Amino acid sequence: MKRSNLPLEFGAEPMDIEIGPSHPAMHGITRLSTRLDGEVVTAVEVEIGYLHRGFEKECENSTYVQVIPYTDRLNYVSPILNNIGYSLAVEKLFGLDVPKRAQYARVILGELSRISDHLTCNGAMGMEVGAMTVFLWYVKAREYLWELTEEVTGARLTHNWTRFGGNANDLPDTFFDMLEERLKKVEAVLEEGVKMLFKNKIFLDRVKDVGVLSRERAIEYGFTGPMLRATGEPYDLRRAEPYLVYNELDFEIPVGTVGDSYDRFLVRHEEMLQSISIIRQAVAKIPKGGHYQHDRRAWLPDKTEVYGSIEGLIDHFKVIMEGSTPPKGEVYQAIEGGNGELGFYLVSDGTGKPYKCRVRPPCFNFVSALPEMLIGHYVGDIVPIYGSINMIGGELER
Amino acid sequence: MTAPAETPPITARVEEKFPGAVTASHQQFGDETITVAKDQYLAVMTLLRNDPTLKFNLMVDLSAVDFLGQSPRFQVVVHLKSLSLGHRLRVKVGVGEDGPEACTLPTISKLWVAADWYERECFDMYGIRFQGHPNLKRLLLYESFVGHPLRKDYDIHLQQPRVELRPVRERYDYQNRNLTDPSETERRPL
Amino acid sequence: MGVKTKAPAIEQGAFFTTRLDAVLNWARKYSLFQYPFATACCGMEFMATAASHYDQARFGAEIPRFSPRQSDVLWVAGTINHKMAPIVKRVHEQMAHPKWVIAFGACASSGGFYQNYAVVQGLDRVIPVDVYIGGCPPRPEAVLDGLIALQDLIQTRGPTGHTGINPRQTKEVLLLSRQ
Repeated sequence: MKRSNLPLEFGAEPMDIEIGPSHPAMHGITRLSTRLDGEVVTAVEVEIGYLHRGFEKECENSTYVQVIPYTDRLNYVSPILNNIGYSLAVEKLFGLDVPKRAQYARVILGELSRISDHLTCNGAMGMEVGAMTVFLWYVKAREYLWELTEEVTGARLTHNWTRFGGNANDLPDTFFDMLEERLKKVEAVLEEGVKMLFKNKIFLDRVKDVGVLSRERAIEYGFTGPMLRATGEPYDLRRAEPYLVYNELDFEIPVGTVGDSYDRFLVRHEEMLQSISIIRQAVAKIPKGGHYQHDRRAWLPDKTEVYGSIEGLIDHFKVIMEGSTPPKGEVYQAIEGGNGELGFYLVSDGTGKPYKCRVRPPCFNFVSALPEMLIGHYVGDIVPIYGSINMIGGELER
Repeated sequence: MTAPAETPPITARVEEKFPGAVTASHQQFGDETITVAKDQYLAVMTLLRNDPTLKFNLMVDLSAVDFLGQSPRFQVVVHLKSLSLGHRLRVKVGVGEDGPEACTLPTISKLWVAADWYERECFDMYGIRFQGHPNLKRLLLYESFVGHPLRKDYDIHLQQPRVELRPVRERYDYQNRNLTDPSETERRPL
Repeated sequence: MGVKTKAPAIEQGAFFTTRLDAVLNWARKYSLFQYPFATACCGMEFMATAASHYDQARFGAEIPRFSPRQSDVLWVAGTINHKMAPIVKRVHEQMAHPKWVIAFGACASSGGFYQNYAVVQGLDRVIPVDVYIGGCPPRPEAVLDGLIALQDLIQTRGPTGHTGINPRQTKEVLLLSRQ
């Protein structure tokens, strides 16, 4: 279904339709107030906020380390990426070094997280146009990855894994034993997805040339991540401003040409393959060493010190009661999240709690651009377009 | 916050075009930051967007910080990025509570469409009104909400329910969780 | 309900006797149509439970119905804030009797670790809840356990949702009525 060219004067009486917030295609929490002329959308108003949980206010009342679990629940499809982004911001504020092994481990788990994010998005996109099987297969593949991260972090979804100066625990040997087998399984599932969708006439008709946003408009709207790359702009923070060890790894940045839903689908698909390649390289290169660089400014002292010396005990008490205190100042650190530039802006007043902890949510911009993407399309196109932007409520509304 | 030995190029360019507009600048943790005067804010932002040596085409983020007890009370913080030139800048502008133009700032949604929703969120959370904004109303909260929750003087636990809440049971008897009351068991078929 | 059928005097064992309400409850518990009201992270685990790996369909709760009028169980998976509360209340009111509600995860059960201006401190402040599943988010095993708990509840208590009374509150109601 292409953009309608029918002149509006032939249209019927305009009709207002409310879609959501409780609607299967609205992922639960967005409301679109649409005005239809016949079947063509003429006006859209987006209302969000149905999952606003007061993230920033909670952060201002928590110590720095207590914020990590809250970041898990921002983009809950790729939680480890949020952990990494926040930890990098705090490490920048404290001026901490992270051991090489921990950085590689972050890359490996972060990319696994990114794959599960894109699997969910592409699977849901298939489901929303009727390809339920793809969704079931992709969720199955996601399950493989979650079991893998569970092996390291102990949790399936909300990992709470990074710390300031390293990670909570090292990658166990069992993880490396399982990894290659799981990656092969995921690749097989992706291959099945290619067979199911890439030449599927119904799927192509529903997603090709819908929801087009040009490169200029996408930049105007502040798009980043796969949505921006689908329009042809090769902006990827892993390459543009390398953090962790991404400058030691070799990967390509897929870009689209048109900027429609199909391009977004393809970019995400290709990114999954690139992520798998990054994981393989990182596993080959990961050095031996510690998973955590202890620094008494940022984290609890060693247990033997706590139980063995009065200084250690006092240190422990101070960190628990007051939190670790960074220097005064402000810091912004962005990483390439599942949806794009995931930025953390911290303002420290020298106490143990962040004075301000702001998240720059990537899908906020996508949802704000929805009216422009939807107007002029048929009402049936709302769902595939909406599916292609990968709206994640926790990140959108925080 | 020590002043850097030499002024970084972006700050220098802004100072060259608008002398006196930059009231403070720093490069803490490598993030180049300028604080601009409120009356020059819109002009500086227009320059940052359009100047060929700056070309900040991506508005990354807009939010505010509430420095309760200081003057000016609020600071609106804008993060900018240039995709073609690759540099970043943080622009801060103070917004006071007093005076005829209390808590207002000109909108930049004419320059970057992305600022539209960010400014709405900022209004919602901090009550800063953006003059000239096309549709300034609450974004994340509801219309009946009184106050602005991210202000430091808003109590974190102050809730404003929209529906009548059911009463909380004061005490829950865990011992009788399985409803083993004799009068209950009579009614249980199995 | 509670109709006692007279057992026919057939001794070969070709029939068995039961009670009508027990049969009805048995039918109810294995044909639950569900309404996934998934708002947040718990929705991901709901998807994982419903998909092929954990396969909720084994328990007779297979197909999600996105219309409240056609569903029996309301899964509230995720945080409910004050903006959402009227909507979840409306959805619950639109469901036909008998109906049950499962609070899925810590946020829906108690507000979780969000204790602030935005979040309702527990779904049962808005609508009555039958089963609470702990966890942030709960593992699929816990979800299935919650589903089985609901099935037990249906079998033993019948359509509690009919009265709109939380079974955990029933005792208090009875105590009140005695006074």
